[in-house]
Formats: sequence, C-alpha cells, structure tokens
Amino acid sequence: MATRDVLQTEMRPGVARAATGRRRAHEGGKLADALAWFSVGLGAAEIFAPEAVCKAIGAPRRPMLMRLMGLREMAAGVGILKNPQKANWLWARVGGDILDLALLAAASQSKRAKPGRVSAALAAVAGVTVLDVVCAQQFETRIGSAVHSTASTIVNRRPEECYRYWRDIEKLPAFLQHLRSVRVTGERRSHWIAKGPVGKDISWDAEITEDIPNERIVWRSLEGSEIRNSGSVQFQPARRGENTIVRVRMNYELPTRAGRILAGKLLGRDPGLRIRKDLLRFKQILETGEIATTEGQPAGRPSSTTMLDRMARI
Amino acid sequence: MKANCWYGTHDVRVETVPDPTILNPRDAIVKITSTAICGSDLHLYDGYIPTMQKGDILGHEFMGEVVEVGPAVKNLKLGDRVVVPFPIACGNCFFCQRELFSLCENSNPNALLAEKLWGHSPCGIFGYSHMLGGYAGGQAEYARVPFADVGPIKIPDGIDDEKVLFLSDIFPTGYMAAEACDIKPGDIIAVWGCGPVAQFAIKSALLLGAERVIAIDRFPERLRMARQQGAETLNYEHVDVLEALAELTGGRGPDACIDAVGMESHSAGMLGAYDKVKQILLLETDRPQPLRQAIMACRNGGTVSIPGVYGGFVDKIPFGSIMNRSITIKTGQTHVHRYLKPLLQRIIDGQIDPSFVITHRMMLRDAPEGFAKFRNKEDGCIKVVMKPS
Repeated sequence: MATRDVLQTEMRPGVARAATGRRRAHEGGKLADALAWFSVGLGAAEIFAPEAVCKAIGAPRRPMLMRLMGLREMAAGVGILKNPQKANWLWARVGGDILDLALLAAASQSKRAKPGRVSAALAAVAGVTVLDVVCAQQFETRIGSAVHSTASTIVNRRPEECYRYWRDIEKLPAFLQHLRSVRVTGERRSHWIAKGPVGKDISWDAEITEDIPNERIVWRSLEGSEIRNSGSVQFQPARRGENTIVRVRMNYELPTRAGRILAGKLLGRDPGLRIRKDLLRFKQILETGEIATTEGQPAGRPSSTTMLDRMARI
Repeated sequence: MKANCWYGTHDVRVETVPDPTILNPRDAIVKITSTAICGSDLHLYDGYIPTMQKGDILGHEFMGEVVEVGPAVKNLKLGDRVVVPFPIACGNCFFCQRELFSLCENSNPNALLAEKLWGHSPCGIFGYSHMLGGYAGGQAEYARVPFADVGPIKIPDGIDDEKVLFLSDIFPTGYMAAEACDIKPGDIIAVWGCGPVAQFAIKSALLLGAERVIAIDRFPERLRMARQQGAETLNYEHVDVLEALAELTGGRGPDACIDAVGMESHSAGMLGAYDKVKQILLLETDRPQPLRQAIMACRNGGTVSIPGVYGGFVDKIPFGSIMNRSITIKTGQTHVHRYLKPLLQRIIDGQIDPSFVITHRMMLRDAPEGFAKFRNKEDGCIKVVMKPS
C-alpha cells in the first residue's frame, strides 16, 4: 500500500525541503545561522555587560533596559538555531531590529546621548535589518525554486466515498479555494484555471498520472505550463475502514523569480495552512453537505464578519 | 431588527441590525419569543473571553417560531415552535454520531483559532466569541440557526415559553453535571455555587437519586432557592467549607463534587489574592478557588464534575490529590441535543418546572440593565429572561 512512502516523506504541514532547492536552502540557512549566532553573542553582551554596550553605542545608561533587550536578542538567536522552521524566528529578528531602531532614534534625542556613536549604531542596526529581511524572505519563498505543502485530515466517510468525490475533479474548486475551475478534456486530461493574484487568472493543462481507485490519485501539469505543478492525494482507511485519512501533497515549481512571487501570492504566506483549510472544506462537504460560514450574518457593525474571521476561517 | 451587541467590557447595547438570512441549505430562521442571559455571558461582559469583536450579537439561550427554512431542512415547517440548543452540531461527524454534540468537528468555521489555545476546536456556539465561530447570537428578534435539521426541538402547544426555554442550555447543563457524578443510592453530592446552573444540578442530582445535596454560596436569596430545591446549604462566608463537608460526611467527603462556578469565582483569602494578582499580571487567566476546594473535599475515588466555564489556564491545582486518590474529572460544554427529549418529557410529566429559577423579566431593549443587575446580583437577581417584543 502507499503507506510506507507516505511515512517516509510525511512532513508537518508547511515547508518540506526540495532536492533541487537544497543548495539554495543551505546558503540561506548559513546566513540565518550566522545572524542567529550574532544575536546570541550580542544578547550575551547586553545581559552581562549592559553598561559597556550602552557606552559603545552612545545611548544613555539604562542597564535594566539593555538586559531586557539582551534577553530578547538571545531568545531570537536561540529560536533560529533550534528551529528548522526558521521563517517566524527570522521575522521576530526583524521585529526586534525595528524596536532597536526606534529605541536608538529615541536615544539620539536624549541629552545624554553621544550623537556620533548613536548614528554609527543606527547605521549598523539598519544594515542588519536589511540582512534579516532578506533572510526571512528567502525562507518565506520556501527555499529555492519549489513550494511544497502537505496536509491531512480525517473524514468520517469510507475511502471509496472520499476517492469518488475527489476523482470527480470538476468539483475540486468547491474546496480547493485557489482554483476557479477545472474542466475535463480527455480521459486523464484536464484544463485548470486558478484565481490570479492581480485579477488575471492563471491556467494550465494537467494529466492524471496515477489513479488507484479508493487509494491514490496523482496528477501533474503538462509541459509548457506557466506554473509547473503536481499533486497527489491519498486515501488511507482508518477506524476499520469507516473513516479515511486524506493526505494531500501539492508542489509548485517555478524557475523564475516572478514565478516564485506568483506562487507566493497564489498560495499565501503559509501554503500548508491553505491546503489544510482546503481539506477541512472537503471534510465538511462530504460529512455535512455544506461549508460552515457566518459570512452575511447580522452584526452591530458595518461588516458581518471581521478580519479575525477572514484570517481564521476555513 | 433589534439585537443586543457587545462593544467592550461592561458595554452592551441594543442596536438596529439587519435581519438574518438563510446562508446554507440546512439553515432555518427563528423568530425569537423568549431569550435569556446566561452566567457564561457574564464572562463576555466582564471581558474575560478573548476574540470578541465590537458589534457581536450575544445570546445563546433562545426559542421561538420557525419563519423560514433552507431547502435541505425537511423536519421543520413554518410556524413550528422550537427551542434551540446553544451548541451548533452537524449530526454527521465522528463526535455527533457518538452524541458528543458540543465537540462537533464541522460547525466552527474558525476552528483553527480555537486550536491555537486548546489544541483542538470544540463546536461552534451561538454568540460566544470568534474562537467559537463568531455566530450571531439569540438576544435579538430573529436568529439564523445552522443545521436546523439537527438542533431545534419542537415544543407541543400549551406549554409556556418559560417552562421550556432553559432546555437550550442551563437545564441540560445542570443535568449533565449531575449525571456525570454517577449517583448511586446513598450518595452525598456537594455543589459549589447556587446560580441557575447549580439550581438545576441540585434538582437533577435529587431526581437521579442522591440522598443528600449540599450547596455552597454566599448570597442569601440563592441559598434560599437551593433549599427550596431540596438542598442543605453552606454559606462560605460563615463556615469553613472543607471542615463543614467533613463534618457532614463523617470525614469521608462527598461522593461527588460539582463546580458550578467556573473561571470568575469570588476568591477570598490568600489563595484568592494570589489568583487576582496573577490574573492582573496575565500569568493566570482563570480563578479556580471552588475547583481546588472541590478536589480536596471529594472522597477517595469520587468524581469532580465541572460544568463551570473555564477559558484558559489555572494555577496551583492539587493534582497530587487527584492522582493519589483516584479522582475522576468529568467536564465539558453540554451535549444539549442528547438531553432535549428526555428532559422535555420530565417537564411534561410534571417532575420539574424550570421557570422557578427566573427572578427578572424584561424586554430585550432593557438588556444592558439586565446584564448589570445580573452581574452585580442586585435586587436578588438570579436569572433574567427577555422578550424581544
């Protein structure tokens, strides 16, 4: 059965490393690690020699504040070093940099500041901020030239029902929200249209390369597609065949930088999350016949739902 | 239509809002004839529940007349009089099939929010924060009821609203809490709190065969109501509760303890001060004083049943006491759907008239006043019921 290779390549929803992108990942990883060690070192200095650091950057002597900054700096550094999902910690560094810039700017207003040193410190932090943003963005675009995402859900229906619904691929847009339409053009061929980021839709042709009834469907885009992509869905029986664990893997490969930005916008910041939401919609359609919503309900404010709902909802 | 909306801590206002409409095929629209303020609404009113948004319509205890149904609703017709359960349940998922309706996997569109705080999401609930779906509630003239083919129960003619309204929440909640105690003949049950849920827990425990029920509170009118239900009462401002319970049970402790207070307990003493300080520092979100007492008082091998609502994290829970003495903890949002038919039958049979708990009746437009009275326990306020018109 498909189980063994699923387990081998099973990853937490979110980023998986691509073979093609591995070298780029390593480079990006090196920069991230360097920044992380810098954070740890700087943090240590701020904690153990706060007054010296204040003097060095020309800011007024505030040892307690400097120690707190040191703790934050260390935490960010350790977070990056320990965590393979670096993007959030890298953005945390950027947040910290912005805080530092603000504090330095405030310090430069203070009468007790040494202007020359504060300017130098500001310039240094600004430089590091740029590095941090670049690094975070590299991880954001998911390492190199490929975006992979994977997610799973458990459906209170037998694998046959789940397979049957998914195999009717013209129904996919009902739960794969980034798609506008899928049209069957041949026995295993189809034409897909996805909602483009700036109003212009993106389309490609695809074929099903593997179709094992009630177990697995694998598809990929045909040569010459604007956005090379492939995907697979597995239907694993659970609870003695009464339930199904549905596992989806989607890959988008983009040789050009423009393509990467496109994928980013198409799939959002966290493609794993989007796929997971898609699967929750799939589950709801199969189990209840509808997708739970509050959009359009009454409220004592201009909009029926809020940004919190728009971010959170499936 | 008019609806009672939340705008911040201690700020609820009745505003004019659009009427609800059918959004999904299994929806129905109910014209509300009676609606109540729940003790858990006070946690929203006091600002303890996160993910509330200005303009949210409150209310999860309501009933009325079906005025519109979606195309997939076959069991209800226009004009049917229904009580609506506060949890929203699809009827088709793993949990609904096991009658664990408040754990429905499909009714919370914002499930990913609840997952962040709690690991997994329970069902969606009417009018109870965006973490639980952000559904518009029933302190209004009309409400949209999702999965109307699963939730609402039809009420026969000739029974007053006041007798059946509490099937929506507090009667099943008290009953489920008592049922969780697994009451055997001869059992003594202790109940912390004498609010409306506790009143139903007391009554249910006696209906389920408890030999004695001991109820604990400090407000005379609530203690009096508990005695009217058949409980013996302790005023915790006059006696040491743990000592009194030991005395009443020959030292063994009650066979089961019910915490019908929850996160906003009135916590006195040093431990209470500790909880208050930690809350201000945002190091603890809930105040579990009655819960600590319930655990310590409970006899070996007994059950601590918790209908009281908690939202986040509690501190200094005597877990050693729980582990070393084989204590069972039973808790959860009520699986209301499970209890609707049997409890309606008990009402029809005359075993209980739930309207005993109502102390204040007002119009929906007076909801802000109702909230304030209920929160401050002014004027002997125990339960507020409102009519939209």
